[in-house]
Parts: sequence; C-alpha cells; structure tokens
Amino acid sequence: MTGHDDHVSQPAAARAGRLEERLITAGLTSDDEIDAFLTALSTRASPVNGARMAARAWTDPRYRDLLLSDGSAAAAELGFDWLSYRLRVVANDEDIHNVIVCTLCSCYPVSLLGPSPGWYKSFAYRSRTVREPRAVLGEFGVTLPDTVQISVWDSTSAARYMVLPRRPAGTGGLAAEELAALVTRNGLIGTALV
Amino acid sequence: MSEPQASGKQSMSYDLGSRVRVRAGDPDHHTRVPRYVRGHTGEVVAVLGRWPLPDDSARGITPPRTQTCYAVRFSAADLWGSGDHTVTVDLWESYLDRP
Repeated sequence: MTGHDDHVSQPAAARAGRLEERLITAGLTSDDEIDAFLTALSTRASPVNGARMAARAWTDPRYRDLLLSDGSAAAAELGFDWLSYRLRVVANDEDIHNVIVCTLCSCYPVSLLGPSPGWYKSFAYRSRTVREPRAVLGEFGVTLPDTVQISVWDSTSAARYMVLPRRPAGTGGLAAEELAALVTRNGLIGTALV
Repeated sequence: MSEPQASGKQSMSYDLGSRVRVRAGDPDHHTRVPRYVRGHTGEVVAVLGRWPLPDDSARGITPPRTQTCYAVRFSAADLWGSGDHTVTVDLWESYLDRP
C-alpha cells in the first residue's frame, strides 16, 4: 500500500520542527515538557495494553460487559486511566467481524495499541476499507465465510475504536496472561482474527 | 462563513434506531463529515455524548458549539451500489436531518 505523504515526508517533519520552535519561543511549552510527554507516551503506549483488556474480557463476563458498554471505564479498571479520548470497543462474534479505519486522517487508540502501523495511515487502506473491506481483509490473510457480516467503523469523532477479537478455540485452559499473549495489534484493529 | 446547519433549521436530537440523513452541503471550512456519506441515510446505532463541534473549533470560534455526536450506520449497497457490509460513522447532530 502507498504511504501517506503527510505523515512521513520530510517537509512535514520540518514543519513540525518549526512549530515546536515557535511554541517554545512563545513560552507555550518547553523542550522538557515535550520530552516528558513523548517519554510517557512511548513507555505507556503499547498493544500489550489492548491485549490485556481483550484477554480479561474473554475470562470475565462482567468485565466484557463493561468493556462493551464503557470502554474508557474498562481501560481505567486495568490502570489505563490516562486516555485522552473516549474508547469504544466493538466485539467480533460468529456473525459479525469488525474493522477500524479513519478515512479523514488516522485516528487510532495509540495508548492502547501503540504507534499506528504505516499501512493504517495509507490512502489505500483508508479509502478501500470502507468500500471493499472483504478484499482488504483478504490481503491481510483474513478470509471470512460469506455468512459473516463485516462492520466497518470510521473514526470520525473524538471516540477511538478498538476491536474485541473472538477467543480462539482450544484455549479453555489458558490463564488471562497466556491469552493476552495471543492477541495481536492487528487483531485489535480487525485486520487479523486474534 | 456558512454555518453547517441548513438555513432556518436548528439541529435536533435523535433516538437510538432513528433514521437520519446526512446533509449534502460542502462547507468551505473544516468539517468531520466524510464526503462518501453526504446525502445518504443511515440509522443511529449509538448516542456518544456531547462534544465540541470541530467545524467551530477549527475556525477559532470560542466557545465552539457543543453538540451530541451519533454513531450512524450505513449499508454499503446504499453508499457504493454494491457490497454486503456496513459502515458506521460518528456524526455531530448539525450534520444530520430527518430523512
């Protein structure tokens, strides 16, 4: 898939650099503040967070209900009480497969999934997922029976979406920690089954 | 500057399950209505709470209007003329009308 020029090109990085300089000069922020923010983000933001939430939902029906009704509260219950957005979680089941996209830009729950992959920001993913999700999923190696309906969520507001994948068969004996290790970032976006 | 509302219309609130039509206008300012849903009718599947309207925030209007945001589901067949999937888009109330 093609890259998203606005996110990766050097002119954009240069613009960000000039903006940073001007904000610092104007006294609106400081190098230390920016460093502290980036450090907090890079140490906290990880797909391990989302995977822990999914595994907990697989093993605890009360938590699953909370996760699907109030994602932010469910995140806070596992210690992720610093989200800067309202989290909404949509669950896959035998009839529905969910997939997340942001057609307008690249909205994404970074703190629970880690930095977004390049393809998520690509024009190809953003334009094709709303139009032909079955073909896009096929390119990720996800082939769903025709009886499974695909539900695409376009993140156009201040809400951020995450998918709760289906618990894989044959994992009945696993503890939540072992289950969390099975959950991938792409599973939480909907471009993988787990 | 043109307002996101159609002339003479106030924005309204919608219940879960309501059918709503996305306003077809093309404002000359920032908006969070993707072009592919403009003019299309969908169903409210979630009421997401009240948030500042990005159209106002982006234009430096202070304070921005705060409006209810809705998750609205569209059928692919309606949006694209083919496909058996659905697409759900979050839309602020002033982007919507009753069909």
